[in-house]
Amino acid sequence: MSGPTTNPLDVPADPSVPFQPRSGQRGTGFLDGPFQLGPTPSATVGPYLAIGLTWADGIFAAEEGTPGAFWIRGQVFDGAGAVVPDAMVETWQADPDGGFPSPEDPRGAASYPGFRGYARAQTITGEFAIHTLKPGRLPDGEGGLQAPHIDVSVFARGILDRVVTRIYFADEAEANAEDVVLRSLPDDAARQTLIATPAEDGYRFDVYLQGERETVFFAV
Amino acid sequence: MGSLARAPYRPGMTGTTSGSRLHLPRYLREDDSLRTPVGFPGYRSTALRAPLRTPVDLPQRLTEITGPVLGEDRVKPEDADLTLRNGGEAVGQRILVFGRVLDSNGRPVPDALVEVWQANAAGRYRHVVDNWPAPLDPHFDGLGRVVTDSLGRYEFMTIKPGAYPWGNHHNAWRPAHIHFSLFGRAFTQRLVTQMYFPDDPLFSQDPIYNAIPAAARPRTISRYSLERTQDNWALAFEWDIVLRGADQTPFETDDDGDVA
Repeated sequence: MSGPTTNPLDVPADPSVPFQPRSGQRGTGFLDGPFQLGPTPSATVGPYLAIGLTWADGIFAAEEGTPGAFWIRGQVFDGAGAVVPDAMVETWQADPDGGFPSPEDPRGAASYPGFRGYARAQTITGEFAIHTLKPGRLPDGEGGLQAPHIDVSVFARGILDRVVTRIYFADEAEANAEDVVLRSLPDDAARQTLIATPAEDGYRFDVYLQGERETVFFAV
Repeated sequence: MGSLARAPYRPGMTGTTSGSRLHLPRYLREDDSLRTPVGFPGYRSTALRAPLRTPVDLPQRLTEITGPVLGEDRVKPEDADLTLRNGGEAVGQRILVFGRVLDSNGRPVPDALVEVWQANAAGRYRHVVDNWPAPLDPHFDGLGRVVTDSLGRYEFMTIKPGAYPWGNHHNAWRPAHIHFSLFGRAFTQRLVTQMYFPDDPLFSQDPIYNAIPAAARPRTISRYSLERTQDNWALAFEWDIVLRGADQTPFETDDDGDVA
């Protein structure tokens, strides 16, 4: 395939927009790879996300009263150390048996009582909170198992594309030591940014968008 | 890991099982030259918020290639019409916004939740922090939700949002836009973006629009549709949204897309 391409019928009228190769050579005139549409680029969620993205049950990846469920609470900090009060934190994770309520799982969609796997929380009060279950371990594709983890997206005014990180758990030290993603990080300081620590009713996980303690963010 | 054997195989987008191995789809990552950077110097709020370190590459595994199923149960029929709220009609130019949600392989994404929010005709959001002196409209709250049909199509009726000043720089005005939030079917496909209208004179001074690489900006602009414009009722604007699709390259040998 010849790199990113666009809709062949969507030729910009403005020739100043780079579209065709500028090599001076004419192309073959034929598609030489699978036809691809260009993905729609992202934009910031802006300051008014509460209008469109508020759900009464948003914070519940696991329903209230689900046995074993707990809270993950945290704050989002900017580069000056100020609390970000207009962010949205979204989470997606496996159930305690390592299944996903998703038909995209090639092992089949799993169902676990009271569990949706997905939560979204805003930081209007200065803190986000999601109610969930500890995910099970998952194969890592390299013959081992991943440690229990939660994929996280953070959206906010001032961030033009979502930033992605992962939550791991401090009380899973043995599993964490074997985790292929944690092991790939350069040092313990980087790993520590992804570890939720035990708290009164669950865990604490803060996100640092910038600064000395900048959270490890991932390109997916 | 008893869960591996628990559920029967159900075909996903391209995920397959062969023997004890799982082949996971790999979602194409768009080229950096065509994707919006997380920060942009002209957009002041990014200075303290956009992460500064290079993101770490995360190979796509089960958590990344799956995603929540959020559909009809989150949407009421009246959520598709933003012009009728609180027992009356919103002020402004009625518009039908419609299009398809596709992946980059051109496949429709059916049953996908689409959430939209926007300013009213005067360019004012119904939100506590928006207090510039433009009127609120008692019959417009700016929230819409729809689910794509079996062909990935969506549509909603709304009013054309107004432009508004936002203080980013002297005489900064946002071009008229509608915010969109989409899930697709996998964590990798999650998209939050903004739809613009054709020929907006405010594009040239807007850093949020100009943060998008020039070659990808046209993908954010809707097209006026005479065909769908409703006689004596509403203008129509068409906008297709393209989520990342799975890599179509056939599997060759064991690679990092395989999960043993």
